[in-house]
Amino acid sequence: MKTVQGISLDYYIWLSAALFTIGVLGVLYRRNSIIIFMCIELMLNAVNLLLVAFASYYQDPQGQVFVFFIMAVAAAEVAVGLAILVLMHMNTKSIDIKVLNRLKW
Amino acid sequence: MVNSELIIALIPLLPLIGFLLISLFVNRISKSLASLIATGSVLVSFLLAVIIFIKLIGLPVDQRVIQVNIFNWISVEDFSAKISFLIDPLSSLMLLIITGVGFLIHVYSIGYMHNDEASNRFFSYLNLFVFFMLLLVMGSNYLLLFVGWEGVGLCSYLLIGFWFKNKEYTYAANKAFIMNRIGDLGLIVGVILIFIHFGSIEYSSVLQAVSKQGGSEILTLITILLFVGAMGKSAQIPLYTWLPDAMAGPTPVSALIHAATMVTAGIYMVARNNILYTLSPISLNLILIVGLITALFAATIALTQNDIKKVLAYSTVSQLGLMFVALGVGAYSTGIFHMTTHAFFKALLFLAAGSVIHGMQGEQDIRNMGGLRKYLPITFYVFFIGVLAISGIPPFAGFFSKDEILAKAFEHSPVVYGLALLTSLLTVFYMFRLLFLTFFGNARATEEVKHHIHESPKSMTIPLIVLAILSLVGGWIGIPEVLGGSNQVGEFLDPVFTSSQVLLSEHALSRSTEIILMSVVVVSTLILIGVAYSIYVSKNTVPQKENSTLSPFHTLLYNKYYIDELYDSVIVKPLKKIAKVFYRLIEKSGIDFMVNTFGNSIVSGSKFARLLQAGDIAFYIFAMVIGIIVLIATGGLMK
Amino acid sequence: MITAFLIFWPLVASLLVFAFHGYAKPIALAASIIELVVSIVAAVNFISDSSIQYSINYAWIQSAGINFHVGIDGISLLLVLLTTFLIPFIILSSFSINYKNPSVFYGLILLMQMALVGVFVSLDGFLFYLFWEMALIPVYFICLIWGGEDRGVITLKFFIYTLSGSLLMLIALVYLYFQTQGQHSFDIQQLYAAGRSLPVREQGILFWAFFIAFAIKMPVFPFHTWQPDTYNVAPVQGTMLLSAIMLKMGIYGVIRWLVPMVPYGVQTWGESAIVLSVVGIVYASCIALVQKDFKRLLAYSSIAHVGLISGGIFTLSKIGMQGAMIQMLSHGLIVFALFYLVDIIVARTKTKVIKQLGGIRSQAPIFTTIFLIVMLGSIALPFTSGFVGEFLLINSLVKYQLGLGVAAGLTTILGAVYMLRAFQKSMLGETGENTSSFMDLTTREKLVLYPIVVLILGIGIYPTPFLKISEAAVNNLLTIVTNYLALVK
Repeated sequence: MKTVQGISLDYYIWLSAALFTIGVLGVLYRRNSIIIFMCIELMLNAVNLLLVAFASYYQDPQGQVFVFFIMAVAAAEVAVGLAILVLMHMNTKSIDIKVLNRLKW
Repeated sequence: MVNSELIIALIPLLPLIGFLLISLFVNRISKSLASLIATGSVLVSFLLAVIIFIKLIGLPVDQRVIQVNIFNWISVEDFSAKISFLIDPLSSLMLLIITGVGFLIHVYSIGYMHNDEASNRFFSYLNLFVFFMLLLVMGSNYLLLFVGWEGVGLCSYLLIGFWFKNKEYTYAANKAFIMNRIGDLGLIVGVILIFIHFGSIEYSSVLQAVSKQGGSEILTLITILLFVGAMGKSAQIPLYTWLPDAMAGPTPVSALIHAATMVTAGIYMVARNNILYTLSPISLNLILIVGLITALFAATIALTQNDIKKVLAYSTVSQLGLMFVALGVGAYSTGIFHMTTHAFFKALLFLAAGSVIHGMQGEQDIRNMGGLRKYLPITFYVFFIGVLAISGIPPFAGFFSKDEILAKAFEHSPVVYGLALLTSLLTVFYMFRLLFLTFFGNARATEEVKHHIHESPKSMTIPLIVLAILSLVGGWIGIPEVLGGSNQVGEFLDPVFTSSQVLLSEHALSRSTEIILMSVVVVSTLILIGVAYSIYVSKNTVPQKENSTLSPFHTLLYNKYYIDELYDSVIVKPLKKIAKVFYRLIEKSGIDFMVNTFGNSIVSGSKFARLLQAGDIAFYIFAMVIGIIVLIATGGLMK
Repeated sequence: MITAFLIFWPLVASLLVFAFHGYAKPIALAASIIELVVSIVAAVNFISDSSIQYSINYAWIQSAGINFHVGIDGISLLLVLLTTFLIPFIILSSFSINYKNPSVFYGLILLMQMALVGVFVSLDGFLFYLFWEMALIPVYFICLIWGGEDRGVITLKFFIYTLSGSLLMLIALVYLYFQTQGQHSFDIQQLYAAGRSLPVREQGILFWAFFIAFAIKMPVFPFHTWQPDTYNVAPVQGTMLLSAIMLKMGIYGVIRWLVPMVPYGVQTWGESAIVLSVVGIVYASCIALVQKDFKRLLAYSSIAHVGLISGGIFTLSKIGMQGAMIQMLSHGLIVFALFYLVDIIVARTKTKVIKQLGGIRSQAPIFTTIFLIVMLGSIALPFTSGFVGEFLLINSLVKYQLGLGVAAGLTTILGAVYMLRAFQKSMLGETGENTSSFMDLTTREKLVLYPIVVLILGIGIYPTPFLKISEAAVNNLLTIVTNYLALVK
């Protein structure tokens, strides 16, 4: 039985898979930019969870280092992303992504 | 004593220098200086040619060859073309004719062109022509022959279109150049084949190699190709139609280029390569047939022409045909002999015609002439001598050379003899017709013109008189043994034709046959003159005006068998059509269309593809997810 | 060092031109003359054997096996000389025209010169490709900015067409690169070895990849359709660059890269290439017969001439190669002069339709005489440079196969037909309304044309020095190829 801190590794995998799927579905189904944004964060965190779990399981710190990187990148991304959202709201008075369908050709 | 190499090199160089001097300072030197330079350079060349000729005579018969190398022109791998000159009896005879007749025509031109504002240009072209013509006959290899060949073609082009403001003249010039180019292609391919098969283009080595190897199919091909070149330059069927049109040029040009020298280049070429032709009987027969047909064909056309120069032009074509007949039966020196006498009397006739035209203020139609004997006495006499010479009345020059051709033709076959005889009789008829219509009978010119008719200046009449003397005595260098002569010209040229003569079995005619043949010719000639006299002088017949109805045969002749029209509809128009098809169909709607379609299909393809970019972010993300899944899945499959 | 100078001096000069844009014309002219002088120095010090001289081999991108390897042998030298000789005249020819943004214009010409010289001296596949593409950019902008009507579409077509051709060459080069032994390298000798080690099928494929790239540049039938339009729309200096120098890149590519690299492929497919070339000669000559526009006529005549050159090269004979070399030189000079003369006509009469001209000769005798001489060179009259090349090329083709040689020889007849016709319609006859005040050549125009005419006649009368330059290199190249082919069999 593969365990991490007494909890079976399978549970970590299932949990992060569930989180990731929720994130993907959220991105695909929701039109509200903020929620899409949050769903992206959810996916990132699902991956983080998995990385941490496996790092612990293999006793290899590389995975944990990755998590830090991801968190840093995610933070930066949030900064930029929210700035875009603010601008978008200022210009279109909406944060519905359907409004942005002029982003073509 | 200057060495002969320098003299030989100077012969062609002097006219070239003359050309350069005149053309570089064309606007800065006076007319008289230009004509002096041009005439002087040719005169000095002539004197040098005489010196060389005398030197050559001084040598033993079998050593009469001088070769002078100037520099290496093109050399690649085993191909090498030198600028080098070969003087042997054949080329030295040509030198004398070219520079001698050339000089006289230069002198004549001083008078003829003195009113033309562009006479400097005229003289520069004439000098250039003499240079290229000398190169043609002096060159010691086939490529130099070709250089001269094209060079004289260029000068001919420039001089036919000398009065370039007249559209028709420029058409005639283009026609001459292009028709010659067709022949030139044959010639150059022939030369290349010679190089490929004999490894050299020097006459000396090629001729030697050929006489060792004997005949072969490739030799036949080569000789035919070379003869195609001669067809173009010497105006033989089917490439003759440029020559009559070439009369658009000033008359001295017609005399020098289109009668005495350039058009005989083909004769020279065949004579030079006599051994090649002797060894390929097929080509020799081709020459004979083409020569015969051309001679007869052109003579019949000449019967009905009304332009004084056109008659002479067709007569030239016909006489060239006769020369080819001589070559075709293997009588090379006879061909050259006739070429020599022809150079004298035809130049004389052209220049005399020029004098008539000059006196008549540019009138060329013999229907508007008549009775000019009184107005232009010197011109009349010299023209008369020319006519006697070309008709072959003894003891004028044409008699001896023409008689020799007929005798050789008789040796070959009676049919050839018959046709050649017919040609020469036709010649007699149309020449006397020309003479009578021009100088006898009533003066048909308008009063206005009559008032102005005047004999030409001395600079024109003196060359005429010299040429008239030459037309009389020119034939005496080749008096046959039958008449007590020794045929000096034949003997002089013999070394050039030795190897051919060995191969051609000579069965000389008996004395009596020869004399009978001669008398047949002379008697029938005299009868024909009588006929012509009765028609054109006693009955005073004048050719009918344009658009009057003629008999069908007469119409056919008058329109020159419609050959020009035939070429136009068989070659020129189809070529234009093909070109248009190429351009519109294949180029525009074929190749270019395909290229454009290829480009356009990418553009329209991307028009379709960009519909995917609907701007819907959700769709983008969805596509991305699908893409990732596909990537992962295929990645799994790959493993 | 001299090679590096020849490449980079134009670059420096173009920067100078950009910097001091008030003096663009004199700087550009002076710079190109300096370049010419240096190239002449190089030619004078050149030892006429087959070795590669003035070579520089500097490791550039070592990990990828790319070196800055340049050098000059006889074949390169002739083309470098052609380039450095013509560029000053091209610049000089533009002095009477006031282009907008002159500094950009002259800067681009100089950049073009850099790329052209680079192509002719590169001995590294990567470098060659780099310069090859670099040459396209300046001329594209020259045509696009200063061109005539419809320039956008036409220059785009030209650009894309030639670029896609180059793509095939890039693929072939990279493929060969991966065939090199040991650490992969773009060095020319390594690529040669790699190409020659391939079996005939692959050599054939590579042959076509290279050939199409070069054929588009030359252009050889049926890859020529970009050319007439581009020549027509480009400003005359652009046309000169394209026709007089740039198309030689394609021919040079065949000689330097294609033939020694995949000799077996060349031998197998050479006949098809020759047939294409000969078809192109007759085809383009025929089309030139019915052109109404002077520039288009010259464009098609250029296709015919280039077809002859390409045909001669693929006979793989020394006569053909040497003929091609001398004909490249001659064609460069003649086509430059012809386009310049036609441009003078267009500038003075505002028309390039042949029929609307006429009678120029009586107004401008010197102009007409120059035109006549250049035209005679173009139709290969003896004692002009055109004859030497054309004779050698036809000679090689006749030797290869009589029928092909005769068909190629038709160009001498058809060429005479369309050139004389154009000459007659534009220069001879009565003066028309367009030509009634046609001015004769100005001093500046004479300054451009006289040296060219002197060279056209000079090469025609005494071609030996020019033939000598490339002789050893061509010899060497063909010896290697024949030895290889003998070995393969």
